Parts: sequence; structure tokens; C-alpha cells
Amino acid sequence: MWDPKEIEKIREKLMEWEKEVVEPILKKMPERKREFLTEQGFVVKRLYTPVDLAELGWNYLEKLGFPGQYPFTRGIYPTMYRGRPWTIRQYSGYGSAEETNKRYRYLLSIGQTGLSMAFDLPTQLGLDPDHPLAYYEVGKVGVACPTPVEMDIVFKDIPMDKITTSMTINATAMEILSMYILVAESRGIPRHVLGGTVQNDILKEFIARNNYIYPPLPSMRYATDLIIWAAKEMPKWNSISISGYHFEEAGATPAQEIAFTLADGIEYVRWVLERGKAQGWPKSVDDFAPRLSFFFAARTNLFEQVAKFRAARRMWAKIMKEWFGAKNPRSMMLRFHTQTAGVQLTAQQPLVNLIRTTIQALAAILGGTQSLHVNSYDEALSLPTEEAVKLSIRVQQVILYESGVVDTVDPLGGAYYVEWLTDMLENEAWKLIEKIEGMGGMLKAIELGWPQAEIARAAYEYQLRVERGEIPIVGVNIFVEQEMPRIKVLKVDPAVRERVIARLNEYRKSRDMVKVERALNELRRVAEREDVNLMPYILEAVRAGATLGEISGALREVWGEWRAPEVI
Amino acid sequence: MESESTVSKEGRRYKVVVAKLGLDGHDRGAKVVARALRDAGFDVIYLGVHQTPENVVRTAIEEDADVIGVSILSGSHIELVSDLVKLLKEKNVKIPIIVGGIIPPEDYEELKKLGVAEILGPGTPLSKIIEICRRLAEERRRGS
Repeated sequence: MWDPKEIEKIREKLMEWEKEVVEPILKKMPERKREFLTEQGFVVKRLYTPVDLAELGWNYLEKLGFPGQYPFTRGIYPTMYRGRPWTIRQYSGYGSAEETNKRYRYLLSIGQTGLSMAFDLPTQLGLDPDHPLAYYEVGKVGVACPTPVEMDIVFKDIPMDKITTSMTINATAMEILSMYILVAESRGIPRHVLGGTVQNDILKEFIARNNYIYPPLPSMRYATDLIIWAAKEMPKWNSISISGYHFEEAGATPAQEIAFTLADGIEYVRWVLERGKAQGWPKSVDDFAPRLSFFFAARTNLFEQVAKFRAARRMWAKIMKEWFGAKNPRSMMLRFHTQTAGVQLTAQQPLVNLIRTTIQALAAILGGTQSLHVNSYDEALSLPTEEAVKLSIRVQQVILYESGVVDTVDPLGGAYYVEWLTDMLENEAWKLIEKIEGMGGMLKAIELGWPQAEIARAAYEYQLRVERGEIPIVGVNIFVEQEMPRIKVLKVDPAVRERVIARLNEYRKSRDMVKVERALNELRRVAEREDVNLMPYILEAVRAGATLGEISGALREVWGEWRAPEVI
Repeated sequence: MESESTVSKEGRRYKVVVAKLGLDGHDRGAKVVARALRDAGFDVIYLGVHQTPENVVRTAIEEDADVIGVSILSGSHIELVSDLVKLLKEKNVKIPIIVGGIIPPEDYEELKKLGVAEILGPGTPLSKIIEICRRLAEERRRGS
């Protein structure tokens, strides 16, 4: 697409400009830094022109194409936000089910369009709230949900058939999904109409997030069985949210975030295909790949972040089409949720965080996200207050309704700098994926501790650069104010755990123990059998009245627990 | 970066136990701090995630640690640190505690009352953390 004569002409004019215009200026006024770097470490040039893209052999139809078409660089839908805005989906939940329900209804009343459910750590780790290790953590970083009773209260007066719900749940994803299904069922809503997501991404737990229970192999079988079961039973449900967010939060560079996420995706696809052979279904990637979804972070470094999303989209499309032979375009679409980068929030001068999250949200939207959470300005200090969360939603609404950036599809497409960055990040990420492939795939790489060590190293190097002042952060190492922030923070009432435990005890008394024991025994039996899908058995155990802790406990008996080697 | 100043007069390096207390898995901060202390010449025992107060205290005593550093981002800091302090008292051991993580400013006072030596929130420079660990370790060696 580049006429060599035209490119030559631009090159000549560019050199002329450098010599006649820039050089004299530099003599009078040198630039602020000798070198400008992106967060990935790419050296940024003063100016980008068609010459840069021509040198990369850049070709419009091959690299970009059109929105809604392979390779989906410009977006997965033909009309993007002109047709349908992204889902405003704030991750939320704390204290008891009642408080969480109140917060959800508040969020919906001020314009949130989807729910995102945060569970407390005991729920994420398969412990009932009266377990000794659970006690202090009940209701702290999310809602406690040991039984469907709690789930029912959380969704009181919320139309489960109309709203989509995303759940950050991994090692106990099947138990929690079962509760959601049963509560919907009790309201006459069959599971096939339910829309939403379970995170169900155990690989990233091993790499960065640390909320795993079982050893890697049974954990992968658990995650894979959910993907297979949901593909058949819940056509509107995203059975996994393959997450790069937690890599970024742990310190990953943009290329690492792309590469480790897509390498996880590749591992899941291989596992599903392999277990599909044992279970008789699925037979091809197109049977389940349209329901795979993704999750990334948005940092403040605007253009590189936009490039990150675009590169990831193009790469996944290629992986699905060329590596796995997908035929259905939906299998090739990288649909993703974004959360603004929590690690970039500062405890110092907390209101400044609103400015950061606005830029981060803009990056996600210019990058074509399907759903967005904007962190609240007070989250480096505590859980967000209602007032702080409202502003997070307002940030999204101002961008959507006032900024005009949504009026055309992929407005940065074709920008020389952004396209150059997109290609550069893609190249870096491919190199990392090749390395992981060389180790035998992501699960093997995790066993070697490789991605964990790479992320830890990146985090440490980043911090050293902050220390040296190479990475300026307003309020932290520049424009510092001595005063401690005094803002209103949200506290979880400690009485919550007593209430949750009381309800749990009541639940335990009211059930038929014979049925519970039978269901748990069945579960233990199939947990040992590789050819059986676990999900129906967990659903039945929940239906019979087994609690989250009991189900997880039964699986612990069969599979054991995992203690990861610590890498610093 | 290793220097004389992380070695006591008797020639033993100052020792710090770094742990993630409770069920919270956010370990970026704890790992970065552990590595920075190691690079500064400290002897660092990094226990990692999902640590109970019992395990941290047991390790600190066994290792004769000079400082205990715990990182908590789950909001359970008051309860977990109370247990930690109580266990140390029961064992009649004096080891200074540093708390890092997401700690609301209004809880600083309560943690201090419990006997926490320092609370170091987000944005604290590594150089300051190293300096504080060195001072606390020196004080402990002088005291014992």
C-alpha cells in the first residue's frame, strides 16, 4: 500500500525537517530527556510518519482490516460503541449479603449496566465462614457466600434474567455458579437464559493472584470441565475470563501481560480439546471458543495501553484461526473486560486518582473494551465508599456521553505512532509466547516458576526506577505533600460474620444429611475419574444442601492442597 | 548494595521475616520489599502467602529474627496483627513488627497502640523501608 516513490519523498522531507527545523531548535532548547521510553522500554521517537510503518512492511488490509472482521484489530463489532456502549460494570461486594444487595441496587440506580460480584477470601478459597482460617476475613474483600441462601439475598429484587453478572471466582467457580443457577431456578429462570461470566482462570492464580486450592493438574481439570459444561448448558455464559489484569498488577510489562494471558488461553483450549476426547464433546474449537472471554488492565500510559489491546486482539484471532483451525469468526474474537490499574492508585493525594482513572478508562475505550470497571479514588486506602464509586461510574458516563471518542470506530487506527506501538508490542509478545511454547506450554512454564519469576523481576525493576525518579508519580516522588490524607473510608462491620455464621448453622440444621452425604460421596468418586465432567455433581451437591466448604473439602480429600514454591 | 550497616557488631547479619498474613494473595509489595532488603544486605526469610500468625511467630523465634514485616491488603489487619502481638507476648519475645499494605489512616493509631513499630503504606520509598529495618534491628540487638 505504500508507493515507494511517495515514501522516499516523505523520507527526504523528513530529513530536511530534522536538519533545518529541529536541529536549530535543539541547540537553543534541548529536549527534557535524552531518551523517552514507553513502559515496555521501547525508545520513542520524536515523530512518527508513514516511513515508520512502511519500514515495518505495514499493510492496512493485513494488519487492520475492518471492525467485526478478521483479524479484529479495529474492534470485534462492526459498529462498536455507535451500536452498543460497553457495559459499565463495577467490581463490588462486601460485608453481608444484605449490604452487597444494597450496594448493587444503588449502582444500578445511578447507571451501572452490569454487575460484577466480589467474594470474600474464604469463599474464594473454599472455606466456610466458621473455619478457623476464615474467621477474620469474612466479608472483608467481598461478600461471604457459603450457601445459596446468601446468593439469594444478594440478588433480591434484581432481575437475574435481564442483568449480566460477572463473578470473580476461580478455585470455587463451580460451587458459586451452581448457587447462581439454583437461585435463578427458584425464581423460574432457566440457566440457558442466564448471561454473565465466571472468572474460572486458575492458571493466573498460580502465576500471580494466589487464590488456588488444589494442585495444578486437578485444578486444570476443574476449570476445563466448567468450560465444557457451560458451552453446552449455558449458551450466554462466559465460562472463563482469561486474565492479564493480575499479571499487570503483580508487575508485568505490557508485552508480558499480553503474552502470558494468551499463553494461558492456548493452554485452556488444548485442555478442553484433550478432555473433549475423553468426554466425547467438544469436537472442535468452535464448539466452545465463542464463550471464552478475557480481562486486561488499563494503565495511565495511554497510547501503549491502546496498542496493547489492539495487539492482543489481532494475536488471539490469529492463534484461533491458524493454530486451532477455528472456522466461526466468533471463536476468533477477543472479547474483554478492563479494570483500571489498581497499582497506579496512590494513597497520597487520593483525589488525584480520579484523573489517573479517567485516562486509564479512556485507554480501555480507545482500545475497544466490551466492559469496564473504573477503580475508585480511595482504594489505595480502603474499600471504596458509595460516593467514590459513584464518581467511577460518572467517569465512564462522561467519556461515553460527552467526549465524542465513541462516535467513530477505533479512532486511533492508522495513527503512525499507535500502529507502530501495536506492531512492536505484538512482536515482543510473540517472542514470549514462543518461549513458553518451547517450555511445553504455560502449565509447564508455571511448574518451572518462569512467568512468576519474570513478573517478580519486572516489579522489582519498576520499583527501582521509581526510587531513582526515572518514573515520576505525582504525590509520591514529585509534587509531594507531607500531610496524611484524611478522607472518609468504608469499614466492614465485624458483626457481619456472626450473622453469616448464624444463617449457615440454620442452613445446616434444615437439610437432609443423608442426601448431602450421598452427593458428596458421588463427588469424591467422580473426582477420581478423569472421563467424567464434575460440574453436574457439584450442582447436585449444592442442590442437596452441601455448603461451599464441604464441597471444596471433599475435593481436597481426593486431590490434596497446593503449596506453591515462593519466588522473590 | 550490601554494607557493614546490615551486620551487627557480633558479625551476624540482621534478619527480617517477611510474610503475607491471612488469606490475602496480593504479594507484589511483600516480594519487592523482601528483595530490596536482601539486596541491601539483610538476611531475609520470605514466607510468602497464606501465613498464620502462629507460623510467623514460630519462624521468627526459630530464626531469631530482628524484624517481622507483614503485608495485609484484605482489611483484616487489626485482628491479624492483634494475634501476632499476643503470640509474641505469650512467648515473651520482643521483635519489632512492621505492617505494610492497604491500611486506612484512621487505623494507624490502633495498630501503634497494639505495639506495631511502623506502618508503611503504598508509596513508601524502599530506601526508607531499608533504613527503618536497619534502625529497628540495631535497637533490638542493643536491647537484648
